[in-house]
Amino acid sequence: MSAREPTTPSTPKRAGWAWRPFALTLPALVLLAAVIGYPLLTIVLRSLSEPQWGAQNYVWFFGAPINLTVLGRTFTISAWVTIVCVICAYPYAYLMTAVGPRVRLVLVLCVLIPFWVSGVVRTLSWVILLQDSGVINSLLRAAGFDGIRLIRTQTGVVIGMAQVLLPFMILPLYSVMKGIDLRLMRAAQSLGAKPSRAFFTVYMPLSLPGVYAGAIIVFILALGFYITPALLGGPRSTMLSTLVQTQVLSLLQWGRGGAMGVVLLVTTFVLLALAAPVMRSRYREAGRS
Amino acid sequence: MKPGQETKGAAIDLESISKAYGAFKALDGVSLRIEPGEFMTLLGPSGSGKTTTLNVVAGFTDLTSGKLLVGGKNVVGVPAHKRNIGVVFQHYALFPHMSVGRNVAYPLTLRGVGPAERKARVARALDMVKMGDFAHRYPSELSGGQQQRVALARAIVFDPPLLLMDEPLGALDKKLREWLQLEIKRIHRELGTTFVYVTHDQEEALVLSDRIAVFNRGRIEQVGTGRELYDEPATLFVGRFIGDSTVLRGEARSDGASTALTIAGETVTAPRRIAGEARPVMLLRPEKLAIRRPGQEAAGTTNRLPGTIAEAIYLGSGSKYEVRLADGSTAVVRSPLTSDSFGLGERVELCFDGADAKLLADDSSADATLT
Amino acid sequence: MEIKPLTRVILGLVCLLVAIWLVAPTLVVVPMSFNENKSLAFPPQGFSWQWYQNFFTNPDWSSSFLNSLKVASVVAVLATVLGTLAAFGLDRMKAGPANLLRMLMLTPMVVPGVVLAIGIYAVYLDTHLVGTMLGFVLAHTVLALPFVLIAVSASLEVFDRRLETAAASLGAGALTAFRTVTLPLILPGMLSGLLFAFATSFDEIVVSLFITNPYLKTLPVQIFSSITRDADPTVAAVGTILLLATTILIGGGMLLLGQERKGRP
Repeated sequence: MSAREPTTPSTPKRAGWAWRPFALTLPALVLLAAVIGYPLLTIVLRSLSEPQWGAQNYVWFFGAPINLTVLGRTFTISAWVTIVCVICAYPYAYLMTAVGPRVRLVLVLCVLIPFWVSGVVRTLSWVILLQDSGVINSLLRAAGFDGIRLIRTQTGVVIGMAQVLLPFMILPLYSVMKGIDLRLMRAAQSLGAKPSRAFFTVYMPLSLPGVYAGAIIVFILALGFYITPALLGGPRSTMLSTLVQTQVLSLLQWGRGGAMGVVLLVTTFVLLALAAPVMRSRYREAGRS
Repeated sequence: MKPGQETKGAAIDLESISKAYGAFKALDGVSLRIEPGEFMTLLGPSGSGKTTTLNVVAGFTDLTSGKLLVGGKNVVGVPAHKRNIGVVFQHYALFPHMSVGRNVAYPLTLRGVGPAERKARVARALDMVKMGDFAHRYPSELSGGQQQRVALARAIVFDPPLLLMDEPLGALDKKLREWLQLEIKRIHRELGTTFVYVTHDQEEALVLSDRIAVFNRGRIEQVGTGRELYDEPATLFVGRFIGDSTVLRGEARSDGASTALTIAGETVTAPRRIAGEARPVMLLRPEKLAIRRPGQEAAGTTNRLPGTIAEAIYLGSGSKYEVRLADGSTAVVRSPLTSDSFGLGERVELCFDGADAKLLADDSSADATLT
Repeated sequence: MEIKPLTRVILGLVCLLVAIWLVAPTLVVVPMSFNENKSLAFPPQGFSWQWYQNFFTNPDWSSSFLNSLKVASVVAVLATVLGTLAAFGLDRMKAGPANLLRMLMLTPMVVPGVVLAIGIYAVYLDTHLVGTMLGFVLAHTVLALPFVLIAVSASLEVFDRRLETAAASLGAGALTAFRTVTLPLILPGMLSGLLFAFATSFDEIVVSLFITNPYLKTLPVQIFSSITRDADPTVAAVGTILLLATTILIGGGMLLLGQERKGRP
């Protein structure tokens, strides 16, 4: 190998280059520290120091029933969104692995098209669809049913959020499913498993890492959702993010808003930390052909 | 699973089975009877229909026409999971999310076998493939050879009367393959199950099988023991596919009971003739050919052809030569250590006894499929 | 795996519904944008171009659109440069520190938007960056950085580093090797990073809502305030224009890529 010969120019220099990779990441790190690290630190400090030093804001947060209701609702809505996403994404991702390249392209496009328009516009679309004089209610009435109230309800929020987050469920699920060796299903059948049994004992367990990965992403993103609940929701479907915004912008309660923000942040990172080992489970790689 | 037990394998009857994919005939009227407890190898180049046949028997592929009996019962239309046939795949197909023990227990769980008996049978099956200590490992922690042994255990643990193996050793290196061949042979003896083994490796087929069915282009060319196929090939394809061979082609003349071929001006004869109108060729095994220096006496050989040594290979037990003949074709000769040795480019004569030459109908497609 | 016909039909129907659910909201703005009345009620009445006219003539809309274009362009370039440098750094580091730093750099993707927004707002209030171009650019660049990092890292992962050694053995200096071998090969990754960064900034709303002021609004902020204020179909017109623009861009890009692929072996 020529790389081992002493004439290769870069070899002797390499040792002195160790600092270079770090230097390359430095600009990005500085920016991160200034625009993410420092602000987050500010928020943590304010939650502990305004109006005076102490844990008062956290005591307030966990003491007021309304806060706990909203916190609970944030989790409930996120959980519903996650469930809806899993249920819809699973057959969809599965079909993506089972069809020919042309149909697959169409299916992929359907997943990606929502990204083509701005997120705010998409939420506007949901307002148009869900409002009392909206598309869904017009169709219902045209079909002879009574209209149903969707806008400013929890159902409306879940429908809108799930649509926004569905691609984050479908894509990881698809990438895991397309790695599943379908010949294993043949093996299961030769061992006596009827197709449905083979699906539940072989295919589904192998696809679970994709479900976990997608569910964690969707749940975490849903926890921090702000725009969709703000536009589609009403007072009875307020989520934590809206409460944070109200505290800071309307009430100028930086300490309380900060404390809420910290709760949201910590929850997110705890969930991520809990999910990491599950996603690195033993058979994740082995399931691929 | 007890040694010395009576044969409990199932007989298989394939009756003019065809499988077409559009205009392409993957199987074209294949008929074959496999006896209970027999080790039958389906041998052929890739695309010859041997794997399709296996998939039809396993129930993975529907057939277009024909009859398929396993143990005397018609199984056409019976789904794979109801056929009770063990299958070992080239790609192992172990479930990566289950331990070795659970993999092997899987077919028993499906059949509702109780935990105690399940445990005992899993242990017995793993012991049989010498993987008893690995029950708690996961497939990703095993080598290819170990995985294939587990796959074998999983395929025999539910005592199927028939075991299908689709190039199970294809992904393994030569040493391991040779050792596992002997293991498979031992397991076949101990189980008494019918084994159907698919391979494209003729040496592997010769080592393992009671009988071999040679496939070519969706048909069976010949069925027989390894010796029958080697000594009495029915077609040029079989003769060339099994073992080394030299094919002599020339202007053919048949008179009475003998056939003469004229190759670049030299004539060789064999005391036989073939039926029908086809052009005859001679097929000779390497050990039936001898090399002499020009003018040297050669006892017991009736035919001589001039040529030059194109390749000389020392094999330890003897030597192998390739001799370029006057018409440009190449002959393969194996000679014992005791005979003379020859150098590259040396002019020699190729000698053989006409009685050793097999006369077969020419089939130019045999060359095409083999290369 | 063979699927039974009935299962196949049910599966197909479910997926059709999901596909409609995914796509319909994207398209519903199109008919609304031609509404004659100032209403977002369905079905739209009559036909008019007035909301498109409004978008191009009303300074609220056109200036916010230009602001978004400016911010997103600067962000795209800045994030691509910083992200590419960082991706290179991480690629040449030992796995341990590289993974740690990579996780750190990806945090903007998982930090809840509002938490980040109030933090940045607090800092910007102190540093007088609220309602400034610089403020928008800095905040959006941080948010776009992870996407560039992911895209460039992905192309570096498949890049065979022995090619650089090969270039060196042929007499290329480190910089020449980078410029003539490495850069062309990771260019697709950088370009998709650039595109993602642009889209991220152009689309960013949560942080923008906090750091905006009446003098400097971006398009999403303008859309949001328009939706919350009244039912102005101009929003639908903007949505339609954006949809059209993206479709043309992506369609063109795909055609270009397709042709480039054909050109290569």
